[in-house]
Amino acid sequence: MRSIKNHLSLILALISILFAMQTYIVTKRSIDAYKQNLSSNYAIVVVSNRTLDINKLKQTDKIIKDIQQINVDKSIKKIDSTLDEKNIEFLKLTLPKFYKVILKKYPLPSEIEKLKKKLFENKSVTKIEDFKSSYEQTYKLLLLFYDVVSVFSFLIVVITVLLILKELRIWQFSHKERMNIMGLFGAPRWLSSAVLFRLAIVDAVLSSLLVYFSFLYIQGADFIKEQFESIGISVTLVSGFEDFGVMLGVALSISLALAVLIVITHKEEV
Amino acid sequence: MDKVIVAEGVSLGYNNYEMIINEATFSIDNGSFVFITGASGSGKSTLLKSFFGALKPKKGSLIVGGVELNSVSSSKLNLLRKHLGIVFQDYKLVNEWNIEKNIALPLLINGYEKSVIEKQVESLLKHVRLKHQSGKFPLELSGGEQQRVAMARALAHNPIMILADEPTGNLDDYSSQLIWNLLEGANEQLETTVVVVTHRIPQTLKVDYKHFHIEKGSIYEVN
Repeated sequence: MRSIKNHLSLILALISILFAMQTYIVTKRSIDAYKQNLSSNYAIVVVSNRTLDINKLKQTDKIIKDIQQINVDKSIKKIDSTLDEKNIEFLKLTLPKFYKVILKKYPLPSEIEKLKKKLFENKSVTKIEDFKSSYEQTYKLLLLFYDVVSVFSFLIVVITVLLILKELRIWQFSHKERMNIMGLFGAPRWLSSAVLFRLAIVDAVLSSLLVYFSFLYIQGADFIKEQFESIGISVTLVSGFEDFGVMLGVALSISLALAVLIVITHKEEV
Repeated sequence: MDKVIVAEGVSLGYNNYEMIINEATFSIDNGSFVFITGASGSGKSTLLKSFFGALKPKKGSLIVGGVELNSVSSSKLNLLRKHLGIVFQDYKLVNEWNIEKNIALPLLINGYEKSVIEKQVESLLKHVRLKHQSGKFPLELSGGEQQRVAMARALAHNPIMILADEPTGNLDDYSSQLIWNLLEGANEQLETTVVVVTHRIPQTLKVDYKHFHIEKGSIYEVN
């Protein structure tokens, strides 16, 4: 019973740290996926009074991925089908040229402003439509969500670390007796603390497995899939060995650091 | 006869200002049975602690089993302790281990094979008459039984010397007699040096023994 209690105290602390960490990772992945989604659907429209050199225009800023000229034929036909060929040709010549600027990533509001300024340096450009108002609100909301999750995860980690430090005193007390006795019979430090390290490793592995399989279960749940589908993204909650490796690495680092701290601060008492 | 403990001008204390043992000079022969007596707080246990390196002398030279304890490294001290059997008044058993594992502790530390350990533990359990308590944990036993487990642990690895601090202090007559018999047996049959710190020397003892008494920080031999 005492042994289970010893295990539980560290396992619970490690689980809360790993959960906070993985939640932060998943949030970051979701936001990145959503940003990718936004960027693929997002484009700036540049209006010019004469034909522009697309290759030259592409070099305006590194953020530009591609530039396509917008075909106005369909739009003209929609305006009036009664126009004859001659008038349509005339209209085409008098109409400004429209260019769709596709970006590499979803830009920050400041990046949009910077890009617009650079594009306007071309005297032929008369207007730039950035659709900022509709996209900016969603993006800012997303950033706010990310910040809230980051702060929340950080707070959980800080509180759990404080709890672990408190746990350290209990661990010191419960392991001190055995380490003292073993030391009195000539056990080297590594041997007298072997149980402690075994406990630390077992707890780290168990907590990593628990968190890993919990996220794996959540990932497979229909309601989660539906949630992501509703905002048009697909997010991996836990990737195979990579995420488990990170979890195990973090859990081992914490639990082994704790064990090392106990061993270092241990003083023989008879 | 070889000396297993040689103390020359040894002063012991828990701080640098107040010495509990003052410049003690004495020696203990290999294979002898020694009692150290004295009033409560006279420094008997403090002196015993210095024999297994739990307390280093503030002054003088203390050699135990050929190891100078004044400036001993932790690895050398561990090596010395591997050849000692220590019995405490409060038993110092690992409560989360069963009695077999407690008895096996010195054998595990000394790297004995599993089959040897099992055989030795079984024999010791019979020896201390605790075979019927096999598999139990220390807190499930009486004080006398716990001390018998501690005694079996001290004897397990055939140490060169047994250091016992008030081994029968809290025990009933039956357990006390059993402990004294075991200590006598180890001394007579295995020629193990036995150093016992006690208030009172038992009258029933058959072995020849040496008696040191501590008073006001000084140690002297009683004839």
